[in-house]
Amino acid sequence: MTDDRPLLADLPRLVVLTLLAAIFVAPFVWMLAVSMKPPDEVFRASLALLPQRFHGLENYGRVFAEVPVGRYLANGVIVCAGILVFQIAFAVPAAFALAKLDFRGRNVLFGFVMLGLMVPAHVPAIPIYIALAKAGLLNSYAALIAPFTISVFAIFLFRQFFRSMPDEMIQAARLDGLSDLSIVWRIVLPNAWPAATAFAIFSVVAHWNDLFWPLIVISQGDLATPALGVLYFKNQEAGADFGALMASAVVMTAPLVAAFLFAQRRFIEGITMTGLKG
Amino acid sequence: MAEAATIAQTRAAPARRHAGETAVAWLLAAPATLAYVAMILVPSLALVVLAFTDYELGAPGFRWVGLGNFTELMADRGFLRSVANTALYVLFVAPVSVALGLAIALLIEGGRRGRALFRALFFLPVVSLTVAMATAWSYILHPTIGPLNALLRAVGIDGANWLGDSGTVLLSLGLIGIWENAGFNLVLFLAGLTAIPRDLYAAAEMDGVKSAWDRFVTVTWPMLGPTTLFVVIITTVRAIRVFDTVATLTQGGPNKASEVILFTMYTEGFSFFRMGYSAAITLLFLVAVTVLMLVQNRLIDRRVHYG
Repeated sequence: MTDDRPLLADLPRLVVLTLLAAIFVAPFVWMLAVSMKPPDEVFRASLALLPQRFHGLENYGRVFAEVPVGRYLANGVIVCAGILVFQIAFAVPAAFALAKLDFRGRNVLFGFVMLGLMVPAHVPAIPIYIALAKAGLLNSYAALIAPFTISVFAIFLFRQFFRSMPDEMIQAARLDGLSDLSIVWRIVLPNAWPAATAFAIFSVVAHWNDLFWPLIVISQGDLATPALGVLYFKNQEAGADFGALMASAVVMTAPLVAAFLFAQRRFIEGITMTGLKG
Repeated sequence: MAEAATIAQTRAAPARRHAGETAVAWLLAAPATLAYVAMILVPSLALVVLAFTDYELGAPGFRWVGLGNFTELMADRGFLRSVANTALYVLFVAPVSVALGLAIALLIEGGRRGRALFRALFFLPVVSLTVAMATAWSYILHPTIGPLNALLRAVGIDGANWLGDSGTVLLSLGLIGIWENAGFNLVLFLAGLTAIPRDLYAAAEMDGVKSAWDRFVTVTWPMLGPTTLFVVIITTVRAIRVFDTVATLTQGGPNKASEVILFTMYTEGFSFFRMGYSAAITLLFLVAVTVLMLVQNRLIDRRVHYG
């Protein structure tokens, strides 16, 4: 099936794929094109992609002047990093215990992990919101990060991974006098790098792109995440200045897309492997 | 001597460690357990309780209303519209994005050229900021200045007000949903295709299977059965959670024509602060997702046996 066929025989396949890919990439191409067009060209509704008069500096300039772009991107980084650090710090020791230690209550604990996998993040949202509101913690990084510090999926994933690690490695470390906690951080985690990378990509993509939760707990501009930032700008402008709007969309989308293009194989692995549980 | 001591030590260890191991294990699991209780278990149970109250944020107290919220929902035309819209959306997005994912996977798998490139291009929507891409779509679908209608005008067709007309808004959101999900399904199908043993194709060829279509019907499709069921469920669960595009582009409008479950839950709970009512919607949403997940777990179990 996968023999190297002559280019001519392979051509129909490549043509169909190229046409389909062109449709899939079209929104990105138009977004980029419009972000460099002046308003009059945008409103002329021509099908020309390239601007006749380059207006990119003005469009991007307007975005950077009116929107705290750096602030939004930094918020995105802080929130994603904060969530990831807690998720790993909480999930790895628990997953190690579930995979390698024989203890009372292990089956119950694992049962709860499996149960947690069935609960979408929207379910605890209302009670957590009420608690945050009562505690006066809305509009804070804590509100953005806290609900996602525990990832049952991370526990599940790391447990699967740790189970395949040889017991001898852990026994040897114990004989060397390491405590179980230092075994987790010094022996187990460094060996779990593939699982950790995959999970990190999954987690960062999910939370960088999340709109639901930030929309609920953030109501003032300076704590907006990139998703919220684009929405604010769109609502302010009421969609009137498409050039600047597309420029803001490009700026907020660029970091992840660039990372994806740079390490696409890892991204695809991470998102599909872990995305199985959404 | 030393060796013997070590062996004795290791042999004695399990029995001695058991009690100690339980303590260490719970210590290791403690942070995760506490966070689980605080962020998942207690709030989820609280949600179930809330669903049977008339609690509103800011109100001095609340009353038990029993099944009141649910009977109100069954008579709430906005909610029923929302459920119907979500069902329509899922019934459109899931089958089409699965079929498209499979078709593209077969095309990519059909040769060696451009594999990584095409895979990356189709996967791009999966990693992109949905809100930003939704605004890009709002430009493309714009009735007067959008390139889609410009293209249609060029061939003499009158385009529609894609996102502004109650007749086309769900279709347009569905197309965006398909665009978002197809690349994800494509990658799952590629994995499924690679797992099909090559000798099966050779055997089929010896049995006189010649055309690509016959090869698909006799070998690929039956072998891909478990993967397909699995992808269908995953896509359904992803599609039923549609929220970002609706919140960005239509706010459920026009005239509730694009109102979907999570957006209704969001507006009832966080715009009108009718927490009890919103909790009841969330509970129904959870039931729907759980049924899908249970089916999915069944399928995964079966997939293991296919091996």
